[in-house]
Amino acid sequence: MNYIIGAFKPPCDTSITFAEARGRKQVSVKKDNGKTTMVPVFQSMETISGEVSIAPVPGKRIEHTGVKIELLGQIELYFDRGNFYDFTSLVRELEIPGEIYERKTYPFEFSSVEMPYESHNGTNVRLRYILKVTIGRNYVGNIVEYRDFYVRNYSPAPTINNSIKMEVGIEDCLHIEFEYNKSKYHLNDVIIGKIYFLLVRIKIKNMELEIRRRESTGSGSNTFVETETLAKFELMDGAPVRGESIPVRLFLTPYELTPTYRNINNKFSVKYYLNLVLVDEEDRRYFKQQEITIYRLLDTPQAS
Amino acid sequence: MLPDGGGGDDEERWLAEGIAGVQQNAFYMHRALDSNNLKDALKYSAQMLSELRTSRLSPHKYYELYMRAFDEMRKLEMFFREETRRGSCSVVDLYELVQHAGNVLPRLYLLCTVGSVYIKSKEAPAKDVLKDLVEMCRGIQHPLRGLFLRSYLSQISRDKLPDIGSEYEGDADSINDAVEFVLQNFIEMNKLWVRMQHQGPVREKDKRGKERNELRDLVGKNLHVLSQIEGVDLEMYKETVLPRISEQVVNCKDDLAQFYLMDCIIQVFPDEYHLQTLETLLSAFPQLQPNVDIKTVLSQLMDRLSNYAATSPEVLPEFLQVEAFAKFSNAIGKVIEAQVDMPVVGAVTLYVSLLTFTLRVHPDRLDYVDQVLGACVKKLSGKAKLEDSRATKQIVALLSAPLEKYSNIVTALELSNYPRVMDYLDNATTKVMALVIIQSIMKNTTCISTSDKIEALFDLIKGLIKDMDGAQDDELDEEDFKEEQNSVARLIHMLHNDDHEEMLKILCTVQKHILQGGPKRLPFTVPSLVFSALKLVRRLQGQDGDVTGEEVPATPKKIFQILHQTIEALSCVPCPELSLRLYLQCAEAANDCDLEPVAYEFFTQAFILYEEEIADSKAQITALHLIIGTLQRMGIFGVENRDTLTHKTTGYSAKLLKKPDQCRAVYACSHLFWTDDQDGIMDGERVLLCLKRALRIANAAQQMANVSKGSSGSVTLFIEILNKYLYFFEKGIPQITNTVIQDLIELIRTEKQNDSQTSDPSAEAFFASTLRYIEFQKQKGGSIGEKYEQIKAA
Repeated sequence: MNYIIGAFKPPCDTSITFAEARGRKQVSVKKDNGKTTMVPVFQSMETISGEVSIAPVPGKRIEHTGVKIELLGQIELYFDRGNFYDFTSLVRELEIPGEIYERKTYPFEFSSVEMPYESHNGTNVRLRYILKVTIGRNYVGNIVEYRDFYVRNYSPAPTINNSIKMEVGIEDCLHIEFEYNKSKYHLNDVIIGKIYFLLVRIKIKNMELEIRRRESTGSGSNTFVETETLAKFELMDGAPVRGESIPVRLFLTPYELTPTYRNINNKFSVKYYLNLVLVDEEDRRYFKQQEITIYRLLDTPQAS
Repeated sequence: MLPDGGGGDDEERWLAEGIAGVQQNAFYMHRALDSNNLKDALKYSAQMLSELRTSRLSPHKYYELYMRAFDEMRKLEMFFREETRRGSCSVVDLYELVQHAGNVLPRLYLLCTVGSVYIKSKEAPAKDVLKDLVEMCRGIQHPLRGLFLRSYLSQISRDKLPDIGSEYEGDADSINDAVEFVLQNFIEMNKLWVRMQHQGPVREKDKRGKERNELRDLVGKNLHVLSQIEGVDLEMYKETVLPRISEQVVNCKDDLAQFYLMDCIIQVFPDEYHLQTLETLLSAFPQLQPNVDIKTVLSQLMDRLSNYAATSPEVLPEFLQVEAFAKFSNAIGKVIEAQVDMPVVGAVTLYVSLLTFTLRVHPDRLDYVDQVLGACVKKLSGKAKLEDSRATKQIVALLSAPLEKYSNIVTALELSNYPRVMDYLDNATTKVMALVIIQSIMKNTTCISTSDKIEALFDLIKGLIKDMDGAQDDELDEEDFKEEQNSVARLIHMLHNDDHEEMLKILCTVQKHILQGGPKRLPFTVPSLVFSALKLVRRLQGQDGDVTGEEVPATPKKIFQILHQTIEALSCVPCPELSLRLYLQCAEAANDCDLEPVAYEFFTQAFILYEEEIADSKAQITALHLIIGTLQRMGIFGVENRDTLTHKTTGYSAKLLKKPDQCRAVYACSHLFWTDDQDGIMDGERVLLCLKRALRIANAAQQMANVSKGSSGSVTLFIEILNKYLYFFEKGIPQITNTVIQDLIELIRTEKQNDSQTSDPSAEAFFASTLRYIEFQKQKGGSIGEKYEQIKAA
């Protein structure tokens, strides 16, 4: 639709600006065409307000059937491209039908919008929030302008956050006990833990800890699961002997993680796993995967 | 191609590649540093450090690579310091940032580097950072890489330990943290080092052992660091450091490590500490692996401590206080017990060290020395004589040590275990040892003065005194044997006591022993004994009063009995010439003691020997002259005895084989009838008789020569007889008149003329000088001159 407008040279210049855009945090987002752009970040129950300005090309007037602005929350599944599931849709009328001769601005406000889901740009799914301005016209097509914004929701530190502790092994071959200090980590957290070797009969070459993201989309027979390894972090070099304990300290900051999303609007889930991998000298891999929950902790003041 | 050669080449190539990798990344790192690009600096330094992840290099080559990277890391560290000083990145952030590296080895090198900066910045207590670092380094379980990483950690942390007095000193307890850190790093390094032996193929075991040896200093360095920490005082060392180290050493159960580390402990920590912690230190030894060369280490320890004792005498009380000797002795016992397979030489070496230690530290404690020897005997007991030459050598060292120290064999003789140790030596070595003992006595001119000690001494040197069981005499070198026996002979002279009774006992003891010597030894040893005994006789003689006492056992008579026995033994060897001389010596001594029957007996023995044993004519001549000489001096014989003896002697003289010999013996006999002593014999008639007889024989000799060789023999005999005449003439024997002499001179002259063609220059000279003598006496005047006046010599 934008394409058509571009081609025919739109009769007006439409823009959407957010109130207090200066002070608002922004994130860079990769757009469809591969370019990154900065978009403002909101969180649920915030008031989203601003102005829409419509400036007709000088000497032209725009006849319209009404101007409205919509706030949309959409989920787009890539195997079903083009179809958007709107889980949130709010509309404000900005202008009754008429004509616009000169530049005109319309303030808008969606107060305390409930935006339960975070924006997400996954492998097979995208969840996005947009503001959409539509200038309705009768014979030529509507003039539509979009403005993306991002939503991030913060959660408090969980009250219950048990460590993950487990003993695993292959009989008479390898027995280890591993421990991660928590089961729930925030995005800038550090995974602290240790691997304790109870029995080692294989010649281990090294050991690494992987962070894996599993994104599952769709449901039923139409479920798509995509797993990617975000981090490969070598924990140990060489072959340990019985009784050794190897420390784990993995900073999550350098990796592009998102919080764990569970069953978002029955469309998709994003889950995170810690995968402990031991590699032996014949490059055989022994691993144990554990789910961890990632959440977004409100930035504490001292962290700039 | 040989796999080894190929391996070497490959390794060179791998090293070159590694170095190239380091250099290349270092180049980019420098560029990043110059442009203050922290992110790139981290990236390239991590890549550079990744070169250290190689498994293909031997320790030697790996070290080379490590050093390259190490130099670069110094620059990076400086950059970090600069960066944090400028405030563009806090050190805490930096500390986190470097931990983002995905590979564990580069990550830890970087972490250590930043850690060093962190400590320097003092934003966190040194102990916390160090603790974190040493803990995180567990991530490297590969022995070689782990050792180098930890060595890097040790290197960068060395000057940053929270030591007492250091700027990084924290709260009161911080010294514990410093020690704990070094200890932990040491323990981990040692584990890695030991593990190295057990990884990889079995066939390369030896090679690995060699490689490990190259790496040992990396491990040992930690102990050195510990010893350098100010805060490690005796208390600390005793309570924490030593127990922890020795626990690790014992538990690692690795030969190489145990040997090296024990040695290290002994070398790096002060002697004073060792002394105060002997118990703990020594208790580790018996727990070591059976193949560990404990003796070397333990010897080293004892050496060090004895040096310590030697350098500062004021510490000696400490040695006593801690009962150093008892502890060592105990430990050695346990070690020997624990190491069943230890060869005898090892055990003996240990005892040698202990003995050396004892001698140096407790020179006054002879009982300690004896204990050591006793322990050694215990160890050796149940075994046959030692075959192992090294062990033998050690035993010789063991036995020589006290001799050297005390330079007095008497001390050694008090050691009851000394001879028992010697019993374990083979015969040859026993002899060597005996010689050493004798030499020691000689060198120090030690006088051994009681028969008990002599008994003990002879027990020690019995190898020289008698044939040992199963000894192979044929193998003996004649020269060596002589040397040995001469030593024994010399030794006998060193046995002396001023008390006569004791001396007598000594003689009895010596006699008892040397008579066991057998025919080969007696000729060497008996003379010594005889003369030693005669010396006593002379001393007794000097104090006449005592001799009469009935109770006194040490009478010359008694001694002469001993002498008689002894010489008799010698004569059975047979060794007649020597026996004869000794009999004569004894006879003379008996003469001086006024023991006529004894003297007579000795003469009888001498005569019997002469008659029965001495067959060689030359020996007969010598013997006869000896008899004559001795008999001449004997003053105690009554007329009858004397007659018998002189008669016999002249009889023998006349029976000599060659005429000249007969002649000389006969004129020598003339002296038997004329002694200068008062109440000596003065029988001029028989003197003249002898001389005349000599002349007759001389004449006969000349005639025989004439017949057999066609020329008359030399006139020497006549001249000799002339000299005898002159002698007696001067003595004033009435029967020797000037006319008799005159006749003889004439006779000689005639003989010479008859025999002008074979002039004998020596005879000429002899005669001439005799004549000159006569002239000289004439000119002297006085009574002698008057006597000579009538002889016409010219």
